[in-house]
Amino acid sequence: MTDATRTGKSASIDIRNLYKIFGKNPKACVDLVRKGMTKAELGKDHSHILGLNDINISIPAGKIQVVMGLSGSGKSTLIRHINRLIEPTSGSILVNGRNVLEMNETELRDFRRQNTAMVFQRFALLPHRSVIDNVTFGLEVRGVDRAKARDTGMRWIERVGLTGFETRYPDELSGGMQQRVGLARALSNDAPILLMDEAYSALDPLIRTDMQTMLLDLQKELNKTIVFITHDLDEALRLGDRIVILRDGSIIQQGDAQDILLRPADDYIERFVKDVNRGRFLKVDAVMDRAEAIDIGSRLRIPAGTTLEVAARELTTSAADAAVVIDAGGKPLGLITLRKITAALSSASEAH
Amino acid sequence: MDWLFKFPQLNSDFLLAIKRGIDGSLREFTRNYGDAIESAFDPLKRILVFFEQVISGAPWPVVILAIAAIGWFASRKWSVVAAVVATLLAIGLLGLWEPTMKTISLVFSATLFSVGIGIPLGIIMNRFKVAGRFLQGLLDIMQTMPPFVYLIPVVMLLGIGRVPGFIAVVIYAIPPIIRLTDLGIRMVDKEVLEAADAYGCSRWQKLIKVQLPLALPTIMAGINQTIMMALGMVVIASMIGVQGLGLNVLEAIANQYFTQGILNGFAIVGIAIIFDRISQAYGQRLQRHRGAAHD
Repeated sequence: MTDATRTGKSASIDIRNLYKIFGKNPKACVDLVRKGMTKAELGKDHSHILGLNDINISIPAGKIQVVMGLSGSGKSTLIRHINRLIEPTSGSILVNGRNVLEMNETELRDFRRQNTAMVFQRFALLPHRSVIDNVTFGLEVRGVDRAKARDTGMRWIERVGLTGFETRYPDELSGGMQQRVGLARALSNDAPILLMDEAYSALDPLIRTDMQTMLLDLQKELNKTIVFITHDLDEALRLGDRIVILRDGSIIQQGDAQDILLRPADDYIERFVKDVNRGRFLKVDAVMDRAEAIDIGSRLRIPAGTTLEVAARELTTSAADAAVVIDAGGKPLGLITLRKITAALSSASEAH
Repeated sequence: MDWLFKFPQLNSDFLLAIKRGIDGSLREFTRNYGDAIESAFDPLKRILVFFEQVISGAPWPVVILAIAAIGWFASRKWSVVAAVVATLLAIGLLGLWEPTMKTISLVFSATLFSVGIGIPLGIIMNRFKVAGRFLQGLLDIMQTMPPFVYLIPVVMLLGIGRVPGFIAVVIYAIPPIIRLTDLGIRMVDKEVLEAADAYGCSRWQKLIKVQLPLALPTIMAGINQTIMMALGMVVIASMIGVQGLGLNVLEAIANQYFTQGILNGFAIVGIAIIFDRISQAYGQRLQRHRGAAHD
């Protein structure tokens, strides 16, 4: 990898007790919400809209945090708090321990230039600028030397597979290509935090999968702190190191893909989870029988982190009835059987 | 029941006193400061004379070539260039070259001035809501007030000639460019603005790099409107001593010279079409890649 694509900076994000209420006098309504007033009551009796209700998320540096919810759940409002495109009603957002909400205008501008980059659902490219000029926009705003910005921009254009298109204009590109430009613009900024607001929701399913793969590949090298908003559970499970599920402005479950698939917090999530291809996302470590003192011998070995889909295929073709799950060092972690896999795939909720 | 049919107006002596008072003090003001104000406008007058001399004094082939070149660069269409040349040649053949040049120079300088003042005012109107509302009202007055009414004090202060004519044209022609600059900026896609904020643009960067470029097609439409309205004012402006095609029309009205009237009228229409096509073609070329401005 070239220098331009490497970043030494990293950033953790801590969101604490975040409330956002839309309306004429939001401050006055915070206490009502703290005391347990619901979104519906607040809307009906006080004509204020509850955007976010007591959000607490801590995102470690270098991880992909997915925020999932349907429209109106407050997910887009939440991501806009991280770079303060929206002012909260109450709460704090700490990036590397520094409260974003206490920054003055200049500090905030500087924070946005150096620490965050954002990718938008409808791309939000500048239509009057060519691809390369769009990609270097963030650098230009920061006052980076033109030739240097161009160099960086060209490298990222190449990295997202748009070589040859740098002098084209956004309206000459397909949606998928436009979003590649959006991604290249964000990555050129070399910011430790990448905010992706339903970045792939406007794309065709196949292109969406391609873009997800590209993001995961890039993330292996970049280790950015990525906040990814989506309404698509498949996308959330595929990308998220951690997933938060929002509904009506409140968090209803927080955890990784295994937690959400195996232990959905309520009926609402369970209904979501039902239609997901569990074999593709569930991993052997989450459903195996834990046992460390196993004699591996000549038994079939399956590395931890393998999906049930793949494990089932291996078990079926090898004709063994059980396989040993091993960690990266080759130590046994537990046993997995076809029966166990089938049970996990079919059960709607508790697999343990 | 008499009061129902006769409107209870203010005491007529009182009204008369008001009128006399205002008129008297305006006259007094003119007498005292008229010369000073006139000399304050002297630089403007010199600029106007300069423009007129440049355009009227240049050899006619150069003028045709220059306007044709502007047409080409704005539209990149030979049809526009051909129409421009044909119209100008026809005007010249009909013996209207000189008044046409005077009219073009006035419209040109009035448009230049309107754009120079109007775009910043449009930006201010967009940026500051209170000032914007005030300006909105002022523009309404400027557009609907019969020109003769505001010409009275202008003529009293500055006499008759180019400068008051120019002022009258600018007052009439400047509202569209201000309004459409404001509108153009307001119509810029909200998500693009959000992106500008997210990447840490300062207000100035946002204006220069995002808002104005994206508002440009709308602003061009405003410039087009301004040119058209300036041309529409030339006949009225001729009543206060502006020379050119408008004066010929005025003469034709006074003396019932039908042919002179219609030829000069068509000359005005001719240059209106030239200006319109050139500015519109340029606006359309700007439209390429900027479709988002009209979402």
